[in-house]
Amino acid sequence: MNNGVVRMRRELMIRLIRSFLAGTIEKDIDKIPYEIRPKGSDSVRCCIYKDRAIIKYRLMALLGASYESETDESKTLREYLDDALAEKKRPDKPITACGAGCSGCPDRKYFVTDNCRGCFARPCFYNCPVGAIRVENQHAVINQSKCISCGKCMTLCPFHAITKTAVPCEDACPVGAVKKNAEGIAEIDYDKCIFCGKCFSNCPFSAIMERSELLNILNELHKGKEVVAIIAPSAQDQFPGTVGQLFSAVAKIGFKDVLEVALGAEKTTEHEAEEFQEKMIAGERLVTSSCCTAYVEAAKKHAPELLPMVSSTPSPMLYAADIAREAHPNAQIVFIGPCIAKRYEVTLHPDKVDWVMTFEELGTVFAAMNIDVMAQAEWPIPRPAATTARNFARSCGVTDAILKELEAHPELAKRGFKADVKFINGLTPKTVKMLQLYGKGKLPGNFLEVMACCGGCTGGPCSLTQAFNPDKKGI
Amino acid sequence: MNEQGMIKVEICCGTTCYLLGAQSLLALEKSMPAPWIGKVEIVAMPCLEVCTNDNYSHAPFVRINGEIVGDATVDLISKKVNDLLERHVQ
Repeated sequence: MNNGVVRMRRELMIRLIRSFLAGTIEKDIDKIPYEIRPKGSDSVRCCIYKDRAIIKYRLMALLGASYESETDESKTLREYLDDALAEKKRPDKPITACGAGCSGCPDRKYFVTDNCRGCFARPCFYNCPVGAIRVENQHAVINQSKCISCGKCMTLCPFHAITKTAVPCEDACPVGAVKKNAEGIAEIDYDKCIFCGKCFSNCPFSAIMERSELLNILNELHKGKEVVAIIAPSAQDQFPGTVGQLFSAVAKIGFKDVLEVALGAEKTTEHEAEEFQEKMIAGERLVTSSCCTAYVEAAKKHAPELLPMVSSTPSPMLYAADIAREAHPNAQIVFIGPCIAKRYEVTLHPDKVDWVMTFEELGTVFAAMNIDVMAQAEWPIPRPAATTARNFARSCGVTDAILKELEAHPELAKRGFKADVKFINGLTPKTVKMLQLYGKGKLPGNFLEVMACCGGCTGGPCSLTQAFNPDKKGI
Repeated sequence: MNEQGMIKVEICCGTTCYLLGAQSLLALEKSMPAPWIGKVEIVAMPCLEVCTNDNYSHAPFVRINGEIVGDATVDLISKKVNDLLERHVQ
């Protein structure tokens, strides 16, 4: 995605990393907002002063701080930097809603534009389920106190005369965790939040920010600590060049070793196939995948009846961390992937993985260090992971791998059992309702794969490419 | 011009350009406007090395018939190429 929000985010990261590597960050950091919006420059928000203030909040989030916990507005970025690097500590929540950056988008509302011709057919009038539309002076009018925002009139109007105002963060949230407070400013209800990152990707004002651990990771590398990177399967599509070249580029940053998370996905496949088989033989109704953290959180918080059916198999990241730990017992482990929810998963397993970095952050480190992936030599991958394991990154990939694995265990087939697989490709309010129905046993199938992001991990909020395999669309 | 006398558009795919928008410029390669076909060649290039010296805020860069263009967008490239095509006809 190429837009102003993404561009600003990446530019700031590159600037911050360059200044960290140059050793001048303590001196530079409080000047960055002024360098980006100098006196006399154009502003994007109301004025350069507001732009600068939001840039400061962006930098705070890059240092792992949150808007919600800010108590002293005069605290300098230098102080935040010192706090961030003082101890080995990760942010408690992966995202923060920056109220100052929120534009307070007006409530979702349908209204009729001048495109209305007051036509004879009047499908809006005849199809409104609550009778909220009347026609006055050859122009349709919506009675806002009756309107239930169903959107029927908008889809039916032959002149595209009906439009709606959007609240992109609320519209994007599959679980209703983003809500406006009394002042009309977006806030995140962390008791409902599943950390999928959809509000982060969809806010056109970039008011939802990711709390980064990037400088902590660079600091550990800078101190000469032993740090190992484990890279998510979705890495394949991220950068121009091959996977081997990407691994070489990652090693060039200073990581001691680079491993594929897909090696962990092989173990997840084995274990999950076994679990599926055991549970089916024991007469259970349904098993669902468990590798997507945002989905598991959705089950916990919004479809509790489905929770017992979520596979207990650890995610590929956790297995891969074990493999990395075995090879490098004293190293710190960094997971690199396209996901915000993984930051939360790591919070639940602090003994397994030390830090999380996103593909976007990795890209900005490459840019700041002038590392060109395509110019690297091939990394000698000792044993490339199985293709089925690498395909975990795509929707339907997990199911594919498990079905292939089951072929090697004919016990189930011998009993005349047939796998009936279903997919949920992307969480939305509608598919979250489906999760509840699956939990109640009202939908068919005995294996359900759920991916919070459309297309699977490759469609993740911190993915650089939105590569999508249209042949394999789920529900 | 390339060897065949076509207009040559080189899109820098170095990491900085790639992150700051070159990715969406590559779409031009796949969906070239009809009048360009046979007259314009679009290629993805390894880093053109124009971004060093802290000028990254002007990425993405492209090179059109040898001329470096900064802050490149699909619109800007189209305009430059169409200008060149027009001149070519005259």
